[in-house]
Amino acid sequence: MEVDKKEEIASDSSEQVVNPWEVSAKDGGKIDYDKLIDQFGCQRLDESLIDRVERLTSRQPHVFLRRGVFFAHRDFDLVLDAYERGDKFYLYTGRGPSSEALHLGHLIPFMFTKYLQEAFKVPLVIQLTDDEKCMWKNLSVEESQRLARENAKDIIACGFDVTKTFIFSDFDYVGGAFYKNMVKVAKCVTLNKAMGIFGFSGEDHIGKLSFPPVQDPYFRMTRDVAPRLGYSKPALIESTFFPALQASGENGKMSASDPNSAIYVTDTAKDIKNKINRYAFSGGQDSIEKHREIGANLEVDIPVKYLSFFLEDDAELEHIKKEYGEGRMLTGEVKKRLTEVLTGMVERHRMARAAVTEEMVDAFMAVRPLPNMFE
Amino acid sequence: MGFSKDQLLSQLQELEIDYSKYEHPPVLTVEEQAKYVSSSEGALSKNLFFKDKKHRYYIISAVVDTKVDIKVLSQRLGLGKGGIRMAPEEALAELLQVSLGCVTPFAVVNESARDVSLLLDQKFKNQTRFIFHPLSNDVSISLSTSGLDKFLQSIGRDPVYVDLEANANPVVGKDQPPDLAVYVPSNSVVVPELPNKTPSAQAPPKNVSAEKTKPVASPKPSKSTGNVKSVVQNSGLSVFKNPDKFVEEILDKTSALLLSEVKGENVEALAETLRKRLTSEFTHLAVMYKNIAYSEGFYAGTQCQPKRQTIIVKTE
Repeated sequence: MEVDKKEEIASDSSEQVVNPWEVSAKDGGKIDYDKLIDQFGCQRLDESLIDRVERLTSRQPHVFLRRGVFFAHRDFDLVLDAYERGDKFYLYTGRGPSSEALHLGHLIPFMFTKYLQEAFKVPLVIQLTDDEKCMWKNLSVEESQRLARENAKDIIACGFDVTKTFIFSDFDYVGGAFYKNMVKVAKCVTLNKAMGIFGFSGEDHIGKLSFPPVQDPYFRMTRDVAPRLGYSKPALIESTFFPALQASGENGKMSASDPNSAIYVTDTAKDIKNKINRYAFSGGQDSIEKHREIGANLEVDIPVKYLSFFLEDDAELEHIKKEYGEGRMLTGEVKKRLTEVLTGMVERHRMARAAVTEEMVDAFMAVRPLPNMFE
Repeated sequence: MGFSKDQLLSQLQELEIDYSKYEHPPVLTVEEQAKYVSSSEGALSKNLFFKDKKHRYYIISAVVDTKVDIKVLSQRLGLGKGGIRMAPEEALAELLQVSLGCVTPFAVVNESARDVSLLLDQKFKNQTRFIFHPLSNDVSISLSTSGLDKFLQSIGRDPVYVDLEANANPVVGKDQPPDLAVYVPSNSVVVPELPNKTPSAQAPPKNVSAEKTKPVASPKPSKSTGNVKSVVQNSGLSVFKNPDKFVEEILDKTSALLLSEVKGENVEALAETLRKRLTSEFTHLAVMYKNIAYSEGFYAGTQCQPKRQTIIVKTE
């Protein structure tokens, strides 16, 4: 089952636009996720499915599930059926290591995948597409391999279990059985189809063909091809995008090129406090009187949005939304609480990251038996 | 007893640390020292020896014109506004084994100074060379930051550089832990009073003991105020490698949370809260512990020598 973060629409849509480069809602309102789901032909990850996950795993569902961060899926219900029967499945996720600086948005799929690994006690494969970044971002081979290892450390710091996790970089691992599979898949996809789905033109160099930038059609294509090769279709879970600090208006997504659009795992407590206070877009009103009268606009307020991702306590979040939305709590308080939560997260990540040694990375990336991967 | 200046200098030579030596009449102040050693040889340093209320000691070594505000330093160390003062002369003799006017970073070479925290001015890094007394105030030596670092590392100390003038108005609170708290020594030291000295009015009554130093593991104030993070950073990897540090970390966090959450409510609810709040954090800790153990084993496996083969030769 694959955990994928991006959600795209072909850009001929009139109202809301969601693609890797642009995210905007109709008339500055909410993104209509139900419409996205219809357009993509996937299913809603609804309450009943979440309850089922809780029953099967005997633990509270991850905060991202409870808050609707991961909101859509393909065939996740079939995976749960298989799990209930006692059949085995494994997890796959990946990262294109294009920059050293990881921000919180990057960590989200990994945090969720870690939860899935723990809750279902299944093995995980993480692919680092250093070759892809080498081609798309015009990095040298050595640089992209180095970035892959650096990113691996941050990934490991999220808390994956080494006895159940295999991390590989394309440059190191592709070959042998893996390559044979790649060729089999490639044979099922015509050039025309690739150009049609992904929009390549004659100007793009051929390396790019193997790594389309648009993720969801790629996975759908995989799902299409897999049965033809005798494999089961991979199931997918998809998440909402994680908003940039400045959010709304022009560009809704976090960008690695604008350091103030995101909180990085290397930010100090001071940086975090600064960024939240200065750049986090507030839904509060202009004056205290007006705010107490009308309350905050929770739809556009970034601190509340971030808290909904990262504040574990459901009751506290509800309380904040109520008080803030009705004007009794001020933006400053909400931002303060957010700063606390994020600082705690980043601190824990940094501590774990400091414990990741080169030997540990080698161990995660070694081709080795995993005898206890389902325990 | 203590290291002598000759022993220190030959140690520097052995470590191939480059330094220049200047001999002069004994000097007690930087002004005097400046008369004999010109600033072209390097930046003169001022070296201060402090003590806090819990008998923990600090050497602050700074470039002469850096402003060292004791009140600010005390706050940044998490000791409140009046938490540190100049250490008494006995401490100089007992712990640093140097005489008056001779405080120097090199004093930490002495075993008696093992619990003394050494903080170096960040500004040292800008200079090419700077000047210290090599355990005696009739000699000055100039050497580079890298030389000093090399020496400190050779005696098992991590050189700590601090921006002494930063954070001039520290606001220490729940969200802003004192930024230098991590450098507070974990052990306090009891310095016995010298027989003929009358105890100064300031100094709190000391335990007179026959032993030279009696390290006492004092409860770290930072822990119960929830400032566990900075202390853990200090121990770094050891939490994930040593079973006892691991368990200590868990118990510290649990008791801190317990103390902050107990409000006279029923014990079951409290236990539930603890479980809810700590489970994911401790699981994460445990996974990292497991990963480290596995990685070390894995690495050892790659270096493993194959067992000696016994070759059995069958004869027909």
